[in-house]
Amino acid sequence: MHLWTNEAERLASLLKEVQGYIYPNEVELHWSILVVVYPYITGLVAGAFILASLVKVFNVREVQATYRLSLLTALAFLLIAPLPLLAHLGHPERSFEIFLTPNTQSAMAMFGFVYAWYLMAVLLLEIWFGYRRDLIYWAREEKGPKKWMHRVLALFSSDVSDRSRKFDTKAVQIVTVIGIPSAFLLHGYVGFIFGSVKANPWWSSVLMPIVFLFSAIVSGIALVLLIYMVVTPMRNKQIDMACLDKLAAFLFYAMIVDFSLETLDFIHRIYESEESIKILAELVRGRLLVSLVVVQLLMGMIAPLTMIASVKLFRTPAELRRLMYFVAALLVQVGIFSTRWNVVIGGQLFSKSLRGLTTYKMSIVGIEGLLVSIVLLLLPFIILFVLTKIMPPWDEARHEFAKPASEGKA
Amino acid sequence: MDNPCERLAAGSVGNPCETLVPEVTNKPCETLVPELAKTPCETPSMKMPDKSCGVPNPNATSDRRNFLKKTLCAFASLFVPNLVAASEALKNAPVWILAGGYKPYEHYWGMGIDINKCIGCGRCVDACKTENNVPREPYYFRTWVERYRVRADGDVTVDSPNGAINSFDNPPPDTDVIRSFFVPKLCNHCDNPPCVQVCPVGATYQSPDGVVLVDSDYCIGCRYCIQACPYGARFLDPVTRTAQKCTFCYHRITKGLQPACVEVCPTQARVFGEVKKKASPLQRFLRMNKIGILKPSLNTEPKVYYANLDVEVN
Repeated sequence: MHLWTNEAERLASLLKEVQGYIYPNEVELHWSILVVVYPYITGLVAGAFILASLVKVFNVREVQATYRLSLLTALAFLLIAPLPLLAHLGHPERSFEIFLTPNTQSAMAMFGFVYAWYLMAVLLLEIWFGYRRDLIYWAREEKGPKKWMHRVLALFSSDVSDRSRKFDTKAVQIVTVIGIPSAFLLHGYVGFIFGSVKANPWWSSVLMPIVFLFSAIVSGIALVLLIYMVVTPMRNKQIDMACLDKLAAFLFYAMIVDFSLETLDFIHRIYESEESIKILAELVRGRLLVSLVVVQLLMGMIAPLTMIASVKLFRTPAELRRLMYFVAALLVQVGIFSTRWNVVIGGQLFSKSLRGLTTYKMSIVGIEGLLVSIVLLLLPFIILFVLTKIMPPWDEARHEFAKPASEGKA
Repeated sequence: MDNPCERLAAGSVGNPCETLVPEVTNKPCETLVPELAKTPCETPSMKMPDKSCGVPNPNATSDRRNFLKKTLCAFASLFVPNLVAASEALKNAPVWILAGGYKPYEHYWGMGIDINKCIGCGRCVDACKTENNVPREPYYFRTWVERYRVRADGDVTVDSPNGAINSFDNPPPDTDVIRSFFVPKLCNHCDNPPCVQVCPVGATYQSPDGVVLVDSDYCIGCRYCIQACPYGARFLDPVTRTAQKCTFCYHRITKGLQPACVEVCPTQARVFGEVKKKASPLQRFLRMNKIGILKPSLNTEPKVYYANLDVEVN
């Protein structure tokens, strides 16, 4: 990695790295690290939301402790999701045209609508109905600006009757039921953006939306697990092992499905052996070897799968289980980021002439550089921190839990 | 730049409503979309409620409801004209006519390239860059020329140094080479263009004369079209930060001239003309040669036709 301040110098250095023949317009990679960050973030959103839905729709009581945390995590990441796209545009100031004059044939034009639907109709509604009663109770006990903030957030509703509680519960349930296909839509759609590009054999696959979806679920569950494991000791609380075991189990199942789908995709490509197979094989054996085989497959998939499986197979003390889960979830994050990288960057490393390879040199500074990407990946955590201050997702903050103190099951 | 054709010449094929005027009426472009003036919700929303003159209103709830309804309607109507404008304007496309008498709907352009005639001099590449203000750096091309050398063992070497703008160097004699030829490349102006399909805002579009154009005043620079083009014919202009590509020299063909690359070709390897008119030189080219197109399996239906196309070219 080098510090490229001069654009011409950067392109000239790329030209030297070209292997074989590429079309002259292909020297520059058009979708940079920002476009890697975008599907990674939306994946976390969809995954965290689907985890939250498990509690409400499938009534998985063990992971109740992470329900609100998952929703706030999804919201924090969703708020940041459009930023990498916006920063990557040649003319961000014209981006609103996507809403005003969308080309209805374009998959990308649907972004604004899918995003708005998911944010407004699903996530905000579910959070609002879920928190409404607590917001009212908090406002009653508070003074000054905090009281007003909670009153405004509750949209000045003040009804805490049983009837209203039942309505809230029902509303949350309905929104969740709509939310699951919406979350599938959000990330399936991101996969479709890539999967529908027939010009690019690395992307063009009907499996792409499904693979994106399951890798999203994997990354979302792993993220909530990580946040839960970091935040709980920080709050001087005990980690609920039943919750953690359940999260790890879900993570394991999602990974198995994800792994199977990716393997299917791989076998399918090799078996069909279309004209692109030679250049793709060269790509995988060469420029993607580390990020695909080592990081995505071995570190991000095989290692965490083995770790969780061994914890399940052998009776292990809680301490060791926690450590294994934590490391596995971390590895999963690295692996899924690498998956996004291999799709987005990998798909641009070979020429559409199928005769050569180019390279990607990430700049460190600059709008499409590494620093901006790191900031974009850190921002959701800051937003999540603020959100947990405004609307604590913890059980003890909930009104119905406040009186009978909740006991950790550890 | 008063003359729309000059605007086109500057490479910015802008908002059609700005450049094109209706044939019959010759009125300003607003008349193309008269419906806009009467968006259903707009008119009622402009009326103020009669009762709002200081007198207490007995029916406040329904008034408020009405007010909210109308406000919502008025707000929504802000978005409607934009949605309607583009589709309505397109419906009127057949009556558009460019200043200077050029009628897009009366033409259907394509290009023929005879690979056997191309000598790889690269004059077309240079002429294109000069004519269209394409950046001179070796990463931006509206057209370029590839050289293929096929050896007896099946090994193929392809190169295009700097798009062949300075032609090619003379390789040392190689008796193993069994076929060698040059292939000029450019935007294929597909009939089923994937770039037009994916553009989120419709900034890249197909003109009634079959030419695929980019509205650089409208392009948001998302580069999805560059990803979708199977031919590598598009690039992001480093100055305007918008997608750019060959326009068949639209500013020239609308004046009855040939594209710059065709005009300068010393061997007449490039033939520009009407795809559908019998008298056109392109029709003759299509009749006289065995024709191939690039990547036919992708169903993009290119309008750049190659004579004597080799199996190795993609």
